[in-house]
Amino acid sequence: MLEEPILQVRNLRKQFGTGCMECAEVETRKLEKNFCKNCGTVYACQDISFDLYPGEILGIVGESGSGKSTMMQCLYFDNEVSSGEAFINTPELVSNNVFELSAQKKRSIRNHVYGMVYQNPVHGLKMNFSSVGNIAEKLIAAGNRNVGQMEATSKKLLENVHIPLHRMKEEPRNFSGGMQQRVQIAKALSNNPPILFLDEVTTGLDLSVQANVLDLIKVIQRDLGISMIVVSHDLAVIRMLADRTIVLLNGKIIEEGLTDQVLEDPQHEYTQQLVYSLL
Amino acid sequence: MKTNTHFAFFDEGSKKEIRRAIMKAVAIPGYQVPFASREMPIARGWGTGGLQITLSIIGKSDVLKVIDQGADESVNAVSIKKLVHETTGVELTEQTNKASVIQSRHRIPEVALTEDQIIVLQVPMPEPLRKVEASEYMTKRMHAEDDYSGVWLMLFEQIMKYGKTATSADHPVYVNGRYVMAPSPIPRFDNSKLHQSEALILLGAGREKKIYAVPPYTNVESLAFEDYPFSVEVFEGKHCHLCGSTDVFLDELIDPETGETIHQCNDTSYCIEQLNKKAEAEVQTSYA
Amino acid sequence: MGYVPVKGGTQAIDASIKRLKYERLKGNETIEIHTIMSTMRGMIDQVMSESSLYSPFLAALAIKQAEGSMEEAVFLMRAHRSTLPRPYYSKTVEPEAMLVERRISASFKDIPGGQLLGATHDYTHRLLDFDLIGESSESIQQWLNNYQMELQQVETFDEVKYFPKVVDYLREEGLFEKYEENNTAPKDITKQSLQFPSTRSERLQVLTRGQTGAVTSLGYASLRGYGQVHPNVGEVRVGAVPIYVGHPNEMEHDTDEDFYIGDIKVTEVESFVPTQVKNANNEYELQFEIGYGICYGQNETKAIAMSILDQCLEHPEADFPTHDEEFVLLHIDSVESTGFISHLKLPHYVTFQSRLDSVRQVKKEVQEVEN
Repeated sequence: MLEEPILQVRNLRKQFGTGCMECAEVETRKLEKNFCKNCGTVYACQDISFDLYPGEILGIVGESGSGKSTMMQCLYFDNEVSSGEAFINTPELVSNNVFELSAQKKRSIRNHVYGMVYQNPVHGLKMNFSSVGNIAEKLIAAGNRNVGQMEATSKKLLENVHIPLHRMKEEPRNFSGGMQQRVQIAKALSNNPPILFLDEVTTGLDLSVQANVLDLIKVIQRDLGISMIVVSHDLAVIRMLADRTIVLLNGKIIEEGLTDQVLEDPQHEYTQQLVYSLL
Repeated sequence: MKTNTHFAFFDEGSKKEIRRAIMKAVAIPGYQVPFASREMPIARGWGTGGLQITLSIIGKSDVLKVIDQGADESVNAVSIKKLVHETTGVELTEQTNKASVIQSRHRIPEVALTEDQIIVLQVPMPEPLRKVEASEYMTKRMHAEDDYSGVWLMLFEQIMKYGKTATSADHPVYVNGRYVMAPSPIPRFDNSKLHQSEALILLGAGREKKIYAVPPYTNVESLAFEDYPFSVEVFEGKHCHLCGSTDVFLDELIDPETGETIHQCNDTSYCIEQLNKKAEAEVQTSYA
Repeated sequence: MGYVPVKGGTQAIDASIKRLKYERLKGNETIEIHTIMSTMRGMIDQVMSESSLYSPFLAALAIKQAEGSMEEAVFLMRAHRSTLPRPYYSKTVEPEAMLVERRISASFKDIPGGQLLGATHDYTHRLLDFDLIGESSESIQQWLNNYQMELQQVETFDEVKYFPKVVDYLREEGLFEKYEENNTAPKDITKQSLQFPSTRSERLQVLTRGQTGAVTSLGYASLRGYGQVHPNVGEVRVGAVPIYVGHPNEMEHDTDEDFYIGDIKVTEVESFVPTQVKNANNEYELQFEIGYGICYGQNETKAIAMSILDQCLEHPEADFPTHDEEFVLLHIDSVESTGFISHLKLPHYVTFQSRLDSVRQVKKEVQEVEN
């Protein structure tokens, strides 16, 4: 591919715990899955590297405990990495390892470059603020000081995610799970972020609501050309959304490629299991 | 067992320490400087922050004015004045332009202050972000990182709910384009007096142990969205029933005889000044 | 003749202060400071503790002046305290060296040194004693003489007995972790305002000067369910501890040269709180941690509640308000809480006028929209 990636992640590592003599060395450590039995340290992400290209949807699949959510939280600065680098290809940020930036700069990236949709809407929304206020929060954080503009933008976004406008001043805590998730998506999109993270966004929703939300994501991607990273344990979601897919197991990448290729012709034993169980 | 109190109550060491906090506050306009607030002979929440500033800056040649809610004769203003006077013997005044130090609660006088004056405001809640975030540790971080979206969002939500911002007194301000600051519970009417003020403005919160400042000629801007400009209390068509002033902050009263609502200058010394000016003018015309 | 301001405020205050004095004197009775000191031990101890000024005499004076109002007495003491020069810090007080009047353990029956019940209300039946109405100095003298006689029958030791700490005994057994002595100088919260996250020395200072009722209530809340600390009282001891200061100008510090400046009476509590820890082999083990409480005078409830809160604040990870240091430490000070609550009595005319304007504007807006 000739195109420059918009996001490059190199050797991302995240551990919970201090480690011990037995697990300090990467080459010689013996872990039970991602866990050091001696000291209890969890190696949630071990040396993860990948590229995200403009306009593509990258799927990340793996069982719970595989490190996919932790990785996402690290990228969005909710969690601090143990080591590693990430580069965002925008004029202001080029050749800066974003993990090493100040808290203020990181916040600015979250407000201008990133959008995030959490599995649990409680993490992404202020449940006791109006829906329109929730969307405006992100616009305000990005420096907008015009109520009329922000209200208009919010209305358009809420309309796009099929929230009836007569409910826009209502608080999301009064909404159903699917509606909350749609408000969260609208909020994440409010600053036209070039990169959007989606963490298990359909998990826990009814099947019909799931389909609805997935459709919405597909439409957004097609219309706005946003690059997305979609994390899910559900291969059906990955199959529907992702152009390329990475398979994570115990904090490591074990397989990656075009989604069709990974699903049709899985190479790794674990991926094979995963794919066949779906059939 | 009787002890004599020192000039201005504090020992010199305490005064120096408070003055150091004041210097820092002046150097970083709008930033809340923590200080070891002392227990005072008046209650926490009753002006101990302002009092500690006043006592640490006052000198023998100063002339002091103390007001509470615009009035020199309000009981707590009298009580504070009495304490400062008993421990310093400084001259007291009710005329704004004669005072070199003015301690005030909830008002900035109507008469414009000058470079030769210092106004000390008593502050109950110095943290403008407290309504958005309860934890001091977090609000301190938010100031450090220039993260004020929470307080803007609060205003935005008010506009969504009520069609306009619904703040009353203590409307937050931007100081010198950097720190968001609680101006103390002065009415919005007084916010503009903070902007490019000729007088040094010192703010003291005794219970919360913070001192902050607006140095002379500093930009102070009330928080407002572009399309919802900041607005002050309106007294349209109202005037002071005593002196007739219109462009001042008015108190609303009930006329005990007629039962009607009447208005009166909140700044009592300003009102008297206007009355005296009028009386003088009348005397002059009648003899002219 | 111009207009002159009315002097209503000044006159009203003068009259109010006079009236207050009248209320104190109108019964035509007076109480001696020494009477308060010898009969109101509980109040004296509480006032000294909450004001963090150890002086039974000044506390008695404050109680007299405040007509028995605790918040007022504490306030007077605190205000006085801030006018006093503080030229020295004492040497670290060693409660092991306490001249113990009372010492119990709720955890062990047979503690080294034994249990010493001492003077306590714990086992009195709370029945009003109407005989006290007619108590006379003769009857008091009679009782004291009898008591002295009784004491003479009791066999006494020739030497002062040393009461080791219960926890030292358990440390030997490995039930408590041993720690190196931490000789970092504590921060003085009266000279530097509290910043978060706080240090333990700061937390203990705020807790020990906390309002007795507030400390007790929060400790109770934690114990009852809004917290994760369920302690066993390892040891409560009440008694006098000696205070020493070092020579201010000597460069060489020799503890034998320290100056003894007097005794203070304190209540000290060590609570044992079971916690889960991981050992070197990554296995869970139960261990005990200590919650520490200490306060001036005899005030056991406060000291025990303090030991609970100390332990709570050592574990900020628990999701209860009693484990939130800002919630606990910023709201238990008597002078601060009573001051701010009572400031609501001050006029708020301007703020209310401003609020009124705001509400009217909103109403107007709504009407305009509706029309």
